[in-house]
Amino acid sequence: MMMWINAIIQGLLLGGLYAMFSCGLSLMFGVMRFVNLAHGDFAVLSAYAAYVLVEHVGGTPLWTFAIVIPASALVGFLLQRLLLDRALIGGALSPLLVTFGLSILIENLLQQGFGANNESLFAGSLSYESWKINNSIYLGRLQVIVFVIAVALIAGLQLFLSRSRPGRNMRATADSRRAASLSGVNERRVRATATAIALATVAIGGLFLAMRTSFTPTSGASDLIFAFESVIIGGLGNLWGTLLGGLILGVAQTVGSQINPADGILAGHLVFLAILAYRPQGIIASKYALS
Amino acid sequence: MRATRPESLATVRRYSAPSLGGLGVAGLVIVVLALLPSFVGESLVNRLTQLFSLLILAVGWNLLAGYGGMVSIGQQAFLGLSSYAVLYLSLHGVLAWWGAPLAILFAGLVSVPISFLAFRLRGSFFAIGTWVIADVCLLVVAQIEMLGGGAGASLNDLNGYDPITVGDVTYWVGLAIVVATLVGAALLLRSRFGLALISIRDDERAAEATGVNVARTKRIVYVLSAAICAGAGALLILENLEVQPDSTFSVQYSAFMIFMVLVGGIGTFEGPIVGAIFFFALQQWLASYGVWYLIILGAVAVTVTLWLPKGVWGSVDPHNRRSLVPLRHRVTLHRNTESPHEQEGTETGRGGE
Repeated sequence: MMMWINAIIQGLLLGGLYAMFSCGLSLMFGVMRFVNLAHGDFAVLSAYAAYVLVEHVGGTPLWTFAIVIPASALVGFLLQRLLLDRALIGGALSPLLVTFGLSILIENLLQQGFGANNESLFAGSLSYESWKINNSIYLGRLQVIVFVIAVALIAGLQLFLSRSRPGRNMRATADSRRAASLSGVNERRVRATATAIALATVAIGGLFLAMRTSFTPTSGASDLIFAFESVIIGGLGNLWGTLLGGLILGVAQTVGSQINPADGILAGHLVFLAILAYRPQGIIASKYALS
Repeated sequence: MRATRPESLATVRRYSAPSLGGLGVAGLVIVVLALLPSFVGESLVNRLTQLFSLLILAVGWNLLAGYGGMVSIGQQAFLGLSSYAVLYLSLHGVLAWWGAPLAILFAGLVSVPISFLAFRLRGSFFAIGTWVIADVCLLVVAQIEMLGGGAGASLNDLNGYDPITVGDVTYWVGLAIVVATLVGAALLLRSRFGLALISIRDDERAAEATGVNVARTKRIVYVLSAAICAGAGALLILENLEVQPDSTFSVQYSAFMIFMVLVGGIGTFEGPIVGAIFFFALQQWLASYGVWYLIILGAVAVTVTLWLPKGVWGSVDPHNRRSLVPLRHRVTLHRNTESPHEQEGTETGRGGE
């Protein structure tokens, strides 16, 4: 019994990380109506950036957040200005094809630079310290911190979208590009901001993922898939729904692995497909693109 | 060839000089390719078989994305299922060459229920959704011990034959699948169904309004495309004589398909053929550079999408006037005009969307 409770708790903690990955995906989709297929690869890219910084400068990976996250946001801004704005002109398929091309490019450049080995960021005592609940349930300190930050991140993003001017512009653009544009919203700036924020959040996710587990140049693919599944399970266009989706996916995976260690990911996929079959609007259906 | 309406209001022409020439050349190429194994060495035959599987993949993906407007990055599901179906049948006494058509049929059938799940999603989400489905296929197949589990298995029932004969027969099987795919795709696009499909590609809502059953048309294309990818899957296991879940269900095949179609010209008939040949040449040339060829692949995909959205063929033939395959309807109206007035048919070659 304790074993299952433990699986569920660990799943919830893992789900926070997935939610962290998916909020940026949701945001970009809301504003531009496409999924950045290189989303996960940008997470891995930040993990490697932190890895290189730690190798050369030393210390714990925590200080690299201060460099990697703004750098990733800047990459997002440039990505939007230089490539994605252009891709959006080319119709519905172009952004998908461009970001898929980028995904192949990033994965293989990393493969060329670092090889296919598993790497990980060692966060000192944070990596192994935990709180003991009872004899079979331990809460990893890092895991709990990641979860808390994920919830804070989503709350912050929600607050940004509902209270701040750029956030409201973003929601307006998500609801209707044309109407927003007519009422004076600078659409180009909204898009660049959304992508910058998305890449900043995915960098946070990537760094924490790298500290929690290991990563390889190709692990971006599964990050993308889990982020996507969280979004669909929770319900598109709703950040709290995305958090819920992440938690459900996390629990499905850990409970699945508890049943059979090889089946964790499959269990997550099956929950996703079941939602798709029986409740395609997601658990929390939302009328608006980002509310 | 010239269908004149009773009142002679308009003339519909289906053939043009380039398309008649194109058909003639295509026929000749097929005959030469069919005779080739008698004249050239084993290594060229094997390489051409590789080209065939690329060609089949490109045509299948183009049908889905270029004509159906559905970007899938999960077509490797059908590729893998078909490879494994050939393996399964061979374990039950069906010779692998005969297993190939059955495997194609199997994958086509499996794609019907899958389409009901995948079609819940649209656009970007459809793309990733199909990827998840392919991953599910991988994870499930990798657990079947009888099919070799995660390590894969080799196809042993052709061991008794002389390797050169095996290579040649596989080559002919490949050529047959290529010809069937291309002829099938051409006939399909020429038909009423093809017109419906092209109208959906150009504007889904307008197509629906003119009475096209959009959902059904898309589903049929999805199933056909799955069967075509399954053709490549069957060919790949015949070629490699082994199958391994991580590689046969690899998303890399989607990358290849997208690359070939984009470079060649999405939504054109000739594009994927040009793209497959180009990709094949690139692969042969850069194979020794390891991952560099994938890096170049990604970079070219980005560049072509942004700066050459119609691909190579789309740039050679931007208005689809030089099409080498008679797919278009060219309508010449006679009414109220002294000189016949050319009007574009429905298929105006709006590729790259």
